[in-house]
Amino acid sequence: MLYPAALLPHTECELQRLESTEFARAGMSSEADESGIMGQQKNLEGYVGFANLPNQVYRKSVKRGFEFTLMVVGESGLGKSTLINSLFLTDLYSPEYPGPSHRIKKTVQVEQSKVLVKEGGVQLLLTIVDTPGFGDAVDNSNCWQPVIDYIDNKFEDYLNAESRVNRRQMPDNRVQCCLYFIAPSGHGLKPLDIEFMKRLHEKVNIIPLIAKADTMTPEECQQFKRQIMREIQEHKIKIYEFPETDDEEEMKFIRKIKDRLPLAVVGSNTIIEVNGKRVRGRQYPWGVAEVENSEHCDFTILRNMLIRTHMQDLKDVTNNVHYENYRSRKLAAVTYNGVDNNKNKGQLTKFETGDGMSPLAQMEEERRDHVTKMKKMEQEMEQVFEMKVKEKLLKLRDSEAELQRRHEQMKKNLEAQHRELEEKRRQHEDERANWEAQQRIVEQQKLDLSRTLEKNKKKKIF
Amino acid sequence: TPYCGHCPSLDKNIRPLNLAGHVGFDSLPDQLVNKSICQGFCFNILCIGETGIGKSTLMDTLFNTNFENFESSHFEPQVKLRAQTYDLQESNVRLRLTVVNTVGFGDQMNKQESYQPVVDYIDRQFESYLQEELKIKRSLHNYHDSRVHACLYFISPSGHSLKSLDLVTMKKLDSKVNIIPVIAKADTISKSELHKFKIKIMSELVSNGVQIYQFPIDDETVAKVNTSMNGHLPFAVVGSTEEVMLGTKMVKARQYPWGIVQVENESHCDFMKLREMLICVNMEDLREQTHTRHYELYRRCKLEEMGFKDTDPECKPVSLQETYEAKRQEFLLELQRREDEMRQMFVQRVKEKEAELKEAERELQSRFEQLKRLHADEKATLEDKKKALEDDQVSFSKRRAAAQLLQGQSLTANGKKDKDRKK
Repeated sequence: MLYPAALLPHTECELQRLESTEFARAGMSSEADESGIMGQQKNLEGYVGFANLPNQVYRKSVKRGFEFTLMVVGESGLGKSTLINSLFLTDLYSPEYPGPSHRIKKTVQVEQSKVLVKEGGVQLLLTIVDTPGFGDAVDNSNCWQPVIDYIDNKFEDYLNAESRVNRRQMPDNRVQCCLYFIAPSGHGLKPLDIEFMKRLHEKVNIIPLIAKADTMTPEECQQFKRQIMREIQEHKIKIYEFPETDDEEEMKFIRKIKDRLPLAVVGSNTIIEVNGKRVRGRQYPWGVAEVENSEHCDFTILRNMLIRTHMQDLKDVTNNVHYENYRSRKLAAVTYNGVDNNKNKGQLTKFETGDGMSPLAQMEEERRDHVTKMKKMEQEMEQVFEMKVKEKLLKLRDSEAELQRRHEQMKKNLEAQHRELEEKRRQHEDERANWEAQQRIVEQQKLDLSRTLEKNKKKKIF
Repeated sequence: TPYCGHCPSLDKNIRPLNLAGHVGFDSLPDQLVNKSICQGFCFNILCIGETGIGKSTLMDTLFNTNFENFESSHFEPQVKLRAQTYDLQESNVRLRLTVVNTVGFGDQMNKQESYQPVVDYIDRQFESYLQEELKIKRSLHNYHDSRVHACLYFISPSGHSLKSLDLVTMKKLDSKVNIIPVIAKADTISKSELHKFKIKIMSELVSNGVQIYQFPIDDETVAKVNTSMNGHLPFAVVGSTEEVMLGTKMVKARQYPWGIVQVENESHCDFMKLREMLICVNMEDLREQTHTRHYELYRRCKLEEMGFKDTDPECKPVSLQETYEAKRQEFLLELQRREDEMRQMFVQRVKEKEAELKEAERELQSRFEQLKRLHADEKATLEDKKKALEDDQVSFSKRRAAAQLLQGQSLTANGKKDKDRKK
């Protein structure tokens, strides 16, 4: 068991008082981490006990048990079943449960078998997915499609389970690793190899293996490996990469492995005695090719990496990268961000900040935008309305004022005319009165005169 | 991390196999643990209790450090929450600890709404996580989990029973957070009183249906100690960051004239039990329960509230995409409807106003007509008068002219006469 000293039960754990140098060594930063939250660093003055957390995690994980889904892909006869049996030291494939090469189908099938294995108190539910018929037909175009469909279906199942309202414990059947077997031709990758890996490298962790490595000499193998890696780079195929660590020792180790990619493996179902030891190997007249001898092949590296050190990482990359890619692609096709989603189907759409929201949050935001928009619209309409009403009212008032003014004017006019008329009448009356008065005077005078004349006339006669 | 959902022993399709040697997958728990150590852990504690009951002191004592403590007054108008985050390290384990304290809890006259800010805080953290989980592009493994993992509820050491505020608050919280009730300032209660007090509290919790956190007994490794500890609930705690010399050692304690109360002495108080249970044994379980029970309940309720269902009306399972799409259609229709409604309302108003204005116009028009008629009448009268005057003037002129003529004639005649006479 690989227990680091710090994982011992807490009663034996020694607590170190934290000095500033330890901060640096532990690689602890006081800057905000990716989540943007900053915490104040505090020194502990004595025993607290959360150093026991890893133990608690350990304990719970053992209780839960582990699962792993491994896919095996390659033409028939490349030793896939034998390798699996060798890796897991058990008869996963046996006469009762034959391997894919013995189950040749007319078309490529994708089939799974589940086995439960226990070791050191740790329970592992292992699902092996194989693809009988892959690459075996005369025309192998599209033979990868059933594999892609299978992987996507498992992603879809998980997505649906995760998206339910009532979620129960979700079984995880997603494919976490794909061992791709390359035939040991010695001359580089076949077109089928390249096609397959190009189509699947963004859906699953691909670990390419050179099968039946005992048919090549070390030099031939080296050359073959280099050729393959060149072609992989040329075609921009992303095979599974070991994560970087801060540990110098580990990194050295990882770099050594990287130099030996792709791993060339040999498997065997038979145990042979070699120099007094019982080993798994293949017996030839000229000697025994030992499976677990690192000078004979890379089997040990594969087993250590796949099972003993990086199994958890394979699961994490599947969950955090491949599955998330699938999920965001699937959900992006549903929501409409003002981007033509049909155009982007199948590709990963680039989201700017603000678009990386859940569809519900997006709807909420759209609702809020709409409320603002409606308010604005309402305001505008209200403004226009008010303005028009004001206009109309103004016009009315003007008309009324105009009317009033004209009425006043007319009244004044009439009154003026009235006065004028009155004046004229008065003048006329005066004039007439005067004239009539004068006339009366003249008449009187005339009368007086005529009387006087009459009188005089009468006098003269006498 | 996704939790395994298989029950292998019940599934007939799963073959158990024997191993012919050491394969090495027994390192899986270590691989998992190493990853989590690399990432660091995170834990969030919420402390609810009256002002001055000793929340901050207990946190300082539990975590052996000096957190920033603010002294609060008794005059806070409303209950508030104050959260502070710290990065702690013990051995190679890094812990991001967030301590959330209530401020002003129990100080108001009317405490009916006191629980609300606490519930709101807890829900906000759930909501935040839910939103992240529902995003299209999300990064849950990087997400700083702020959900409350444990709630220490501080009970006043009255020695009698729980206050109604305690019961009301805990009842509101028991389906949202793991509640661990503690009796604060336990050094003010005697041993026998304490025993009775604990029994009273537990029976009141049970009779009021308050679900407090039970230390898990399903794992054989810890079942024994957890079962025993469950029997000591609620823990009676004393906190102190002061050290007192006892014999040859300095111990955390409170010094009274009648003796020294040692925090880490199990016969003096339950502090050690609390630390053991909360931190050493069950911290991970508290986190797990928060995620799989309390958060799931929140999420389920929230989604149901928003109208999400797992099956459509015909009981066929509905995929997430279908649900989203249906929701979206509904949503767009509603927005459209609201818009149309508003426009309709405006059209109506415009019509009404137009009618009003037309009425005013008509009125004005009729006034106008009326005045016009008035004017016409007056003008007519004036015209008549004018005519009359004119007629008079004309007849007068005629008279005068006639008279003048007459006079002129008579004058000429008289003039002849006079002439004649003079001859």
